[in-house]
Parts: sequence; C-alpha cells; structure tokens
Amino acid sequence: MSDLAQLESQILSQIAAAGDEAALEAVRVAALGKKGSISALLATLGKMSPDERKTQGAAINLAKDKVTQALSARRDILKSAALDARLASETIDVTLPLRETPAEQGRIHPLSQVFEEVNTIFADMGFAIAEGPDIETDDYNFTKLNFPEGHPAREMHDTFFFNPKEDGSRMLLRTHTSPVQVRTMLSQKPPIRVVCPGRTYRIDSDATHTPQFHQVEGLVIDKGSHLGHLKWILHEFCKAFFEVDHINMRFRPSFFPFTEPSLEVDIQCRRDKGEIRFGEGEDWLEILGCGMVHPNVLRACGIDPDVYQGFAWGMGIDRIAMLKYGMSDLRQLFENDVRWLSHYGFKPLDVPTLAGGLST
Amino acid sequence: MKFTLSWLKEHLDTDEPLEKLADKLTMIGLEVESIEDKAKALAPFSIARVISAEQHPNADRLRVCMVDTGNGAAPVQVVCGAPNARAGLISVFSPPGTFIPGKNITLGVGTIRGVESRGMLCSAAELQLSEDHDGIMELPADAPIGKGYAEWAGLGDPVLEINLTPNRQDCTGVHGIARDLSAADMGKLIDPGIRPVKGEFPCPVKVTVEDAMLCPGFALRLVRGVKNGPSPEWLQKRLTAIGLRPINALVDITNFMTYDRARPLHVFDARKVTGNLTVRRAKEGESLLALDGRTYTLDPTICVISDEHGVESLAGIMGGETSGCDENTSDVLIESALWNAINIAQTGRKLGINSDARYRFERGVDPAFMVPGLELATKMVMELCGGTPSETFVVGNAFGDDRIIDFPLSEVKRLAGIEVPLVEMRRILGHLGFIVAGNGPVVKVAVPSWRTDVHGKADIVEEIVRIVGVDKVPMAPFERGDEARKPVLTTIQSRTRRAKRALATRGMVEAVTWSFISKPHAEMFDRDPPSALPDHALANRRGHPELSLANPIAADMSDMRPSLLPGLATAAQANINRGVPDLALFEVGQVFAGDKPGDQLVAASGVRHGFASSNGMGRHWSGSVTADALDAKADAFAVLAAAGAPMQALQIVPGGPAWLHPGRSGTIQIGPQNVLGYFGELHPRALEVLGADGPMIAFEVILDRIPDAKKKPTRAKPLLELSAFQPVSRDFAFIVDRAVKAGDIVRAAQGADKKLITDVAVFDVYEGKGIDPAKKSIAIAVTIQPREKTLTDQEIDAVAAKIVAEVTKKTGGTLRG
Repeated sequence: MSDLAQLESQILSQIAAAGDEAALEAVRVAALGKKGSISALLATLGKMSPDERKTQGAAINLAKDKVTQALSARRDILKSAALDARLASETIDVTLPLRETPAEQGRIHPLSQVFEEVNTIFADMGFAIAEGPDIETDDYNFTKLNFPEGHPAREMHDTFFFNPKEDGSRMLLRTHTSPVQVRTMLSQKPPIRVVCPGRTYRIDSDATHTPQFHQVEGLVIDKGSHLGHLKWILHEFCKAFFEVDHINMRFRPSFFPFTEPSLEVDIQCRRDKGEIRFGEGEDWLEILGCGMVHPNVLRACGIDPDVYQGFAWGMGIDRIAMLKYGMSDLRQLFENDVRWLSHYGFKPLDVPTLAGGLST
Repeated sequence: MKFTLSWLKEHLDTDEPLEKLADKLTMIGLEVESIEDKAKALAPFSIARVISAEQHPNADRLRVCMVDTGNGAAPVQVVCGAPNARAGLISVFSPPGTFIPGKNITLGVGTIRGVESRGMLCSAAELQLSEDHDGIMELPADAPIGKGYAEWAGLGDPVLEINLTPNRQDCTGVHGIARDLSAADMGKLIDPGIRPVKGEFPCPVKVTVEDAMLCPGFALRLVRGVKNGPSPEWLQKRLTAIGLRPINALVDITNFMTYDRARPLHVFDARKVTGNLTVRRAKEGESLLALDGRTYTLDPTICVISDEHGVESLAGIMGGETSGCDENTSDVLIESALWNAINIAQTGRKLGINSDARYRFERGVDPAFMVPGLELATKMVMELCGGTPSETFVVGNAFGDDRIIDFPLSEVKRLAGIEVPLVEMRRILGHLGFIVAGNGPVVKVAVPSWRTDVHGKADIVEEIVRIVGVDKVPMAPFERGDEARKPVLTTIQSRTRRAKRALATRGMVEAVTWSFISKPHAEMFDRDPPSALPDHALANRRGHPELSLANPIAADMSDMRPSLLPGLATAAQANINRGVPDLALFEVGQVFAGDKPGDQLVAASGVRHGFASSNGMGRHWSGSVTADALDAKADAFAVLAAAGAPMQALQIVPGGPAWLHPGRSGTIQIGPQNVLGYFGELHPRALEVLGADGPMIAFEVILDRIPDAKKKPTRAKPLLELSAFQPVSRDFAFIVDRAVKAGDIVRAAQGADKKLITDVAVFDVYEGKGIDPAKKSIAIAVTIQPREKTLTDQEIDAVAAKIVAEVTKKTGGTLRG
C-alpha cells in the first residue's frame, strides 16, 4: 500500500470514529486544514516534475475528494443524531391535565338564561320589553289594577310594606310585574305590545314559595285583539319555549281583579322520575294566568275601554325554568351553591337564539 | 269551599257521574282542588266486637284481646294499648296489610312484648276522622259486625273541595254551585222557593243601627220554647264530612245555612241578652270573650252588636261566649244581617280571625237573601227544636241596588273572539239568574242580587264565555305587523345581558341573591341616592329608613340592598363553609339608594376568594394564584368594556369606599362627578360585619352610570388606517419612589409625543435587591409609529429623550443605569 493510500484509509477511519461534530472538525483540520496532512501532500506537488505532478496530483486530489465526501456524510449523520438527542431531551409530559378555561368554568344562572329565552321569543312576535321599579306605590300595584281598598284579593298578595311616610302613604314591594303595565299604559298610546319581565315579592316561604320570585307579563292594547289572539300567542310561546312540536293547553275561567274575563292556563304533561314530558300524560300543570284587560284598569290608565281593548298575561319565570330544565327545588335557585350553579347553569357562550336554538 | 256529592244533589237534579261534574266545575271557573272519597281509603276497616280483653302478661298498659271480625271467621288475637279496650266493645278493626292513614304506616303481623298481634283496633285519629286518639272507637251495640266501617258510617259520600276565587261569594253555598252547574247543562236546579214563616207575636228585642255604612241591613227574630240538643244524624254527618264539629242543633243550623245558602247567621240565647240590641262601633278598650274561647280587645274601627250590658258579638265575624246557645237554651234570637265587606276584612285581619262568616261577608253576601235566609232558618229551628216564632224585625235595606247593564251583543265577539247565538246567551244568563230584555243589538241585562261581582259589559261576557267554555274560543294568529325588526332591549337591559356574559367568560359563576339584606349589612354598604346633593349626601350617611321593610320575613332580610356585595360575600362564605374555598361569584341586578323609581340602579358586582385569579381556578401545576385586587380591576374593566363604556376616558383613583382596603382598592371614574365603580380587597372591618373569611376581593360597577354612546346613523365602522411604515419599539426602565403610580409613568410617556407614540406597555415592575428600598423600578415598552416617513436614528433618539424628560418631570424618576 502506498503512503497516500495508507493516509487516506487512516483519515477515513478517523472520520468514521469521530463521535461528534467537534471531533469531526478536528479530523478535517488535521487532514484538510492549512497544515493538514493532505494539504501538506498537495504542497509537495510544486516541486515535482510535470509528469509526476500529473499522476500524483490526480491521486492526491482523489484522496482529498474522498475525505471531503466522507466528512460531509459523517457530518450529516452526526447532526441528525445530535438533533434526535436534543429532541429526545426536550420530551414533555403530554398527559398533564389541562386547566379548564375560564369560559368553560363560568356560568350564567338558569334564571338569566330563561329571561333571555323568553325575551327572544316575544321579541320575535313583535313585543318590546318594559321594566319598572321594584319599590312601588299602592296605587300602581293595586288601586289602578282594580283591587278595591280592603278587597280580599289584596290579601292573596301577601305584601311587603315599607314604613308609612308622614302623609300616611306607604311604599311596597311590587307583588307582581303588573305595575309596569300601568306605567306603560300611562306613558304610551295604543297600540301597545310589551312584555314586562322582573322581580316580584310576596311574604311567603315554604317548599314552593320564596319571598322573591320572578315574573314575565305581557300586555297588548289595540282596537281588535281578543281572547282568540291571546290563546294563540300563549300556545306559540309554550311550543317555542319548551321546544316541542305540540303542546296541549287547558284554559280555565278564573278571577283576577285586573282582567275580565280571566283565565288560568294549564299544560298537559307526564312526570316520570323527575323528568317532565309535555304534550302527553294525565297531569295538568298550572303555568300562567291571563285575561282581557279589565275596563276599570283601562279607564284608570286613561284609555277608553269602548274604543280600545286588549289582553294581558303573567307567568312565573322561576316555575317555567324549573319545569323546562328539571330543577326540583325552587329554593335552590337562590341558595347560590356553586355545585348547583355549575350543574344547572349555562356556559357563557350558550346564548339563546331562535336561529341556533334556545338551548343547544 | 267543601261539600259532599249528596249535598250537591239536594240542590241539583242530575244523573251525571262525579268525574264529569268535577271536570265541568273546573272548566266553568270553580276549580276542583280535591275529591276525597273516604269510602275508598277506608275500605279495609271493618266493624268488629271485642270478645275478651285480658291483661298482657309482660306489660301493665297493654291488653290481649280476642276479636270477632264477623262473617264466621275465627277470633283474631290483637294486642291493644287503648284504655277503653274491654270485652263486648264494638269497634273498628284493620287486618295486617292495611294502610293506616293516621299513622302513615302499613300494618304487619307483629309480636308485642312476646305476644303475637294480628291486626289493630283503631282510634278515630288513626282513620283521620278526628283528632281523637284517646282510645279505640266505640260504636253502638247494633253496629253490624263484619261490615265495612266507612259504608256503615255514611262516609261513602265523596267530599269535593273547590278553590273558590274571591269574586264568587255566591258559590260559598252549595245552592250557588248547583246553579252554575245547571247553567252548564249538568242538571236542573232544585229551587222550591222559600215561604215566610208567620210570626205569632212581635219581636220583643229591638235593634238600633248607629252606622248604616257598617251595617246596611239587620233582621232579627225570636223563637220561644225551643229544645236545643244534638242535631239529627243527617245534619251532623253533613257537617262532619266537610270538617265542621257538630255542637248543638241551633248552632249547627247556622253552620248549615252558611254552607248551604252562603248565608251566615248568628244565634243568641235570648235569656242571656239584656234589653235591646245596638249595632255600633266598639269603644276603645272594650273586650269580648268570643266563641273560640279567646278574648279580643276592641277599638272603634271594629263593629259590634251590644246589649245593655255590653258587647255580645263581633259583627259578621264571631259571636260572644256569654250569649251563646247551649243545651239549656229555650228562647233563641236569630240574626240575619248585612255587613260592610271592607270593615269585616279589616277587622278579621286585625283580630286574626278566619271564620266562615268573615269569609263570606268580606266577599259580600246576597243582600236580597237576608230576610228569606232568616225565614229558612226559622223554619229549620222549628223543625228541629220546636218553638214559637216572633215576627221579623228588619232594619235597613233588604234588597240591595238594582244593577241593569246595557249590553251590546257584539261585545262577546269583540272581547272573546267567539260567536254565541242570542238564544244561547239568553239560556245561559237565564240559568244564572240574569234577566235579559230586548232582542239586540243592545239588550238590557238585570244582574241578580247574589252576583255582587258583576258590574259591567266585560263581566257579562265572562259569564257567557265561561259557561260556553273557554276551550271553544278559536285560536286566532296574532300578526306581528309590518314594524321593522329592531332590537327590543333597552340600553340598560343590553348592558345587563352583556355584563353577565362577560363575567361568566372570566370564569365567574352567576349568583342570584335576595333583594333584602340585614340592617348592619345595608348600613355598611350604604349608598346615596343619585338625586342627593353632596352636602345632603353626607347627612344621609345614617342609613335609609325608607328602605327598611315594615314587615320583613326574617330579621336578616329587613332592608333593601344598597349593594350586591353583602349578598355575594355571604353566598361565597356559605360555599367556603361547604368546602369550596376557591370561587368567583358575580351578580348583575337591582340595588337601591332610595325608594323613588330613579333610585333603583343596576349594579354588576363580583367577589373572588382563594385560588381564583382570572387566569384560572383552584390549585394547578401550571400555577396556583390567589385572587388579588387587580383581578377585581380586570373584572370591572371587562364589565365596562362589554357594556360599552368609553375605556380611554376611564380614570383610576387609588382608594375607595370604607368597605374596601384603603391601600388595595381603586375608584373608577370619568371625572370626580361620575364614579362608575370600585374594586379592591374587602376591608377587614367589612369582612367582620359580613362574617366572611378574608382575603376576599370585590368589585362593583353601576351600569346606569356609563355614559350613553353617541347614536350613529349607520352601522359601518370607521375607516381603517394602516401605516405603511414599520413601528419602532423602545424599552425604558425608570427608578421611581415606591409611591409613584405606574399609571402616571404611562401617561407621562404617552404625553411626550401624542402623535407618534401609539402604545406604552408596562412590562416589568421590580422592588428588592439592587434597588434602594424606598424605590422601585418600572420598565415600559414604547411603540413609536412613524406617520409620513421612516424615522432616522436621530429622530427616534429625540423622541426617546423627550420620553425620559417627560417621565422625570412628572414622576421624579430616573433612567435605570
């Protein structure tokens, strides 16, 4: 074996043995660097005869090419191995549990959700939304609504009162959202189409009553709306709200001072282990009261009952929320137990819409 | 209102089954609340005879009885604890497997102190027939052994209970209910008419009515020589069936008339009445021992009947004990009167008496039936107790006012949307006792005296529609019209909705707390009405008496809340106590600064406790961060941004109301006149009042205080201007006194060149090693946005120098070396 061949094989084996890029670079410098062994051989070419240079030069350059190639190949291998090693060292534990995003954890109270559902349905039917104060006068809560002074119907509303003022009058907490109807009639000219959602109060506290509760009332005043329209609206509402194709409703005559004729409305349902199905079954569940606005109420609000007519209805938001979403205990609505709220509450992005569904 | 089926059939000739009658009652507005059929519930209970009763070998108070249950069966051994269990007694027996309603158990075969017992001898209480559980029932000797008890005792008559609406006083008597059913085609009303009973002598007791307003009419009659004892069995059974206790014939007659004819009466023992009767207002301090055994102290708002000795009766509500009738009564005065409904209601409420008489008089009884009712009662007294009647003494108006309504027939269609033929209207109204004259289009309708609730056209429509059936009214689609579809929420409703969603996306859970809170809580979070002037506001700091309820349901629910925070903190603490210490609650709802409509505001508030920073709830490997005041600031800002507040205009002033930590709180305002809200850590004193564990952080934003956005003519957004030149960022770190606020450094930097500087971000705050303990380092990144050309290095350096100069001038800070 010539010296050159021996040198070449020696360098090639050094390349193969290089364990990392630094060792490889040392081999390269030792072979191809300015003072490298192959560089030194190339430097001897100048002193050779042209013939010798021709043969030797070709041989040395061939060896240099081989070494260069081997260096490049080895470098690629070492780089790749180094990358693999680095990546391996960068391994993370992908099984670590995530933190729930705030939007997943936050909740909207079922009552807020149901208020929005109700507003959405009635807005679609062309109703505006009216609100009024919780602290009301006796006049707006009772007298203008045709509750005569001392009438037993007043007693049915166990009323929270404030202390009498110097002039003997006393404010009260509204026992229904009907004062908002009064305020609307006093401030607007017919035609009127409003729903009045809000908080109401009565002195009552047991399994099915809480001292505060929520109602939504509706009011239509114009020159032609009658009981048939009222029945249709309530029917459409119940189907939309309970998200069912059909629902059986029973309208019964009843009594409210502020409507004449007055009706109570039951929906047919079947209860099965805490679940309620509508449109079937034997039970009739009372859900709302309604009727044609009493002429005395219209008169008290400055509307001529021989020219205008209309109807009103009122229902308990707490009650329809419980029915729809299967909440069994009214009191839990106000207990604010986060376990209950997380279970029965709604996620902030579950916004009720008619296009996307009230509840999805 | 309770009655039995057989009682109804005394007034209604009908073959309709019970279920159909009940359904019809509900559908014409007399809602049947319950039908109680005791015969069904008590079917297993039979009549049995005690053959022998021996002392129990192991128990002093027990007896071992052998019982003959009839039908030839072998005697049954029963262990019985009743003191009256004795040989020969006829009583009521229930075999094993019977459900005992009074004990809410199903009987089994038992061994009592070592002796087997195969059944039970029952008390009336165990059958839920009365409160009497002193011993087992004792039946007459001729009661048939082996027969069903309920059937024998006449309990097979179903009891109906109607949830009567307050307008229908005429249906507080069975006769009125029958009349309604007859109009609804359920049978024929049995109404034989009432013939007067001729008086044999003038009524010796005269009546003076001092105030006809309180007593529009009074009729009185004496029946001499009566014999008052237990009333006959049919009457006792009828009263017992609807839950009344039979007393004696005279008293039972008044109760019967009350339920049969909606005509409350009162009977005085004439020999206990001295002189004539006067109807008058009670004198201050007078009192009466009433028939319920209680003594009532009276005042001049209360109407009484008195004799020459004093008050004998609470008019229209309850009689007095001393002039009441008992078995010794031989002469009876029967009173049939009319009373002022409002006065009766007020008196009843004031004295806390709920009597059958009050129930009817406060609804307004039939004035025209005052005298016929007395005739009927007289007849009944004579039939049951004998005696000789006097003539009737009558004061006042015994007929009431005529009510004739001009009724356009088109009214039914106009209000109810249903066509009813005239002949049908006439039929219905006729059955209900109305008289219709004329053939239309407007007829005259005379209202019967007993329908005190009917006054106008709408009432007549209701009478017709409820009998025709509301279910017959056809549904009519309600056109929404051609109004444009616009949003219907008001500004405040829209803000409320957006605030709720914004807070929930921040991981907070929405609570709904009570509108009323305790007085100490209300005082701690006191709020001035928006209308209060600044100097007046200070004077008002002593709380709001106008927001205290006169009749709160509980002591800790006495005052209208001025803030949502007491309720939220209390709710948070309840959750902490339940083992959920890391939580974030919010509420958006009404708060009260006074009792005027404008004093009711809508607040958005929230509390956070424990590991409940806005970055995540609870402990977590990625970091467990305790909520701090700046989380509350972020919550408040999220609400303000969602509700459309002008965020650039908001100012943060350190400190807040007394319920916040003075050094860890801030006030959000647009100028000192418009405070939008507060945030921070609750003050330890506030926590103490609230009974809550700290630290708890809180915020409050008043949504009403957010200025209204300018209305824009179109929905188009303003044109977007994008610069063609790259922005440049430069970092600066300043050493400032610890009291210097980051906000001031940011504002100073921004002020250096309002045109070129588009953003200043605080990216580092450092206190500690390497820095003077009285100082801190605040580092800001300033974005410079060239507008017309790329800036040269010199130009950028000039802006930088201005920033440093401006910050130094405003805050005394120096560039960190």
